[in-house]
Amino acid sequence: MQLTRRNAILMGAGAILMTGLPLRASAAGEDAIAAFTGGAEVGEGDIKLTAPEIAENGNTVPIEVSSDSAAEILVLALGNPTPAVATFKFGPLAASRSASTRIRLAGTQDVVAIAKLEDGSFVKASTTVKVTIGGCGG
Amino acid sequence: MAEGVKPRVKVPKTASAGEVIVIKTLISHKMESGQRKDGDGNVIPRSIINRFTCDFNGENVVDVTLEPAISTNPYLEFEATVPASGEFKFTWYDDDGSVYEEIKKIAVE
Repeated sequence: MQLTRRNAILMGAGAILMTGLPLRASAAGEDAIAAFTGGAEVGEGDIKLTAPEIAENGNTVPIEVSSDSAAEILVLALGNPTPAVATFKFGPLAASRSASTRIRLAGTQDVVAIAKLEDGSFVKASTTVKVTIGGCGG
Repeated sequence: MAEGVKPRVKVPKTASAGEVIVIKTLISHKMESGQRKDGDGNVIPRSIINRFTCDFNGENVVDVTLEPAISTNPYLEFEATVPASGEFKFTWYDDDGSVYEEIKKIAVE
């Protein structure tokens, strides 16, 4: 197919249609991130998110977050009906800035962890988890 | 109302001063997400544990906000420093206002 202006417009419209639904689903996630960071820029760096590549059962997916200098870590599941999962705040007696838990995932999606570091900056890690059986009912 | 809620915590009985210990907690709770429907198509109301804290002699170790995306029987694992003998206090806050507490003593040798 020759790339004419008309074709380019058609392709663009198709792309918008295809991404329309996921865009709406992740808007709540972006809101949650903005509420946590206060609109600050989120970089990459000192944060690790461990989750299985494939989860057979979305009802209980083990995850682990860790960061050496985080004061708080927010975990989000962007494809869930409500994206918030948990917020970990570490006190003076926390030996490491890490925690494990088990979460529910509605389907295959990105799980995101955002850490607020002690210097006030934010870093992010994300991983995609493939879910065979969703875990949010419905 | 959540029924049959039972906290379980694993903490070593002894440690040396300043040692790092791993704490594992689990509380049996159905954690109804508010997304499920019953047989008649009615939404089952949300009933979750929304907050968990762990303190040692009054000093905070972790304070976790839990959302409906946390699995049934919420499990949490984290690490704590033990400065001296004392007790760990674990608290779970339920949506219905109930508060569940568990205390574990640890001795520093």
